[in-house]
Amino acid sequence: MDSATSETRPAAETRTPLGASADNGLKIVVVGGFGAGKTTMVRSVSEIRPLNTEETMTQAGEAVDDISGVRGKTATTVAFDFGRITLDSRNVLYLFGAPGQERFWFLWDRLFSGTLGAVVLVDTRRIDDSWYAIDRLEKHGTPFIVACNDFGGPTFTPQQIREALDLDPHVPLVNCDARSRESSKIVLITLVEHIRSLYADPARASRQELV
Amino acid sequence: MSRPGRDDAPDRLYTLTGGRSRSGPDNPFDLVTLVVAECDPVPGMQSEHTAILRLTERPTAVVEIAAELKLPVSITRILLSDLLAAGRVSARHPRKAAVPDPDILEQVLVGLRNL
Ligand SMILES: Nc1nc2c(ncn2[C@@H]2O[C@H](COP(=O)(O)OP(=O)(O)O)[C@@H](O)[C@H]2O)c(=O)[nH]1
Ligand SMILES: [Mg+2]
Repeated sequence: MDSATSETRPAAETRTPLGASADNGLKIVVVGGFGAGKTTMVRSVSEIRPLNTEETMTQAGEAVDDISGVRGKTATTVAFDFGRITLDSRNVLYLFGAPGQERFWFLWDRLFSGTLGAVVLVDTRRIDDSWYAIDRLEKHGTPFIVACNDFGGPTFTPQQIREALDLDPHVPLVNCDARSRESSKIVLITLVEHIRSLYADPARASRQELV
Repeated sequence: MSRPGRDDAPDRLYTLTGGRSRSGPDNPFDLVTLVVAECDPVPGMQSEHTAILRLTERPTAVVEIAAELKLPVSITRILLSDLLAAGRVSARHPRKAAVPDPDILEQVLVGLRNL
């Protein structure tokens, strides 16, 4: 996509604007421990260079909409990055890279309500980093798949990984290389196919919500 | 490279939003709401409003505006609700449903396969 504008606007030079008819933003979240490859995966498939932003929240876990919270210095911030994939003339998919740590989940609803689903990105050298995220996604009823990022460490059988994660048998588990566009693309397709099958089979969808 | 908002003194955020709280549950802006400018910036306008109107000449998501302005999302949402109330921007909210529309899922799959 190119920018139709020609005026001198430095900020615009590095931006790739959406088409004028874009009207529906969609979300997928990539969640995982520090260094699991979230930013790498977002970069691999994004049409824009990943951008970084943050949300501010008070210690009570409320996003700051009362500025006195900021003034009272009780606020902390969580950072996340994101990329973008234009799907067609109307639909735009935003891919978020979100840390799996506990404090981030205070903001999950505020930031990621309405998300189609999530990819839990696992570094098999630090499998326990993803326990918390999986727990929260299950409790939330958010559809997710697990992608093991290949860092060249010891390999485990899918069964070993499923056991280590205590993964529900119907949750897809795939290997990936987040540096590869093709591999990252397959991860996202696997997630969306999983979401489609969940909602096509309401019994499964409601079971997931009850977990 | 600096993370947005990191160095923002609370007082700067306070000044930007006039201390108002309007990013609560009734603030309509989702992270991926696409915002479109409905007018050009006018002289004397708050500089953040000017920046938003320039960014949104083409549809731009709330999260992209926050990243470009290097402001927290919640502060960006307050600025946007001011502009919306003044009719200076319009908002294309995500079509949210309890269950995703199968047609949308199909379009997502087609879009991903075409990547
Ligand atoms: N070997 C290998 N390295 C990777 C892979 N994915 C990411 N990395 C590297 O791991 C480091 C951390 O990745 P990053 O995407 O920043 O992780 P994040 O903290 O989850 O965002 C970077 O140096 C990446 O280049 C992968 O699939 N294989
Ligand atoms: Mg990262």
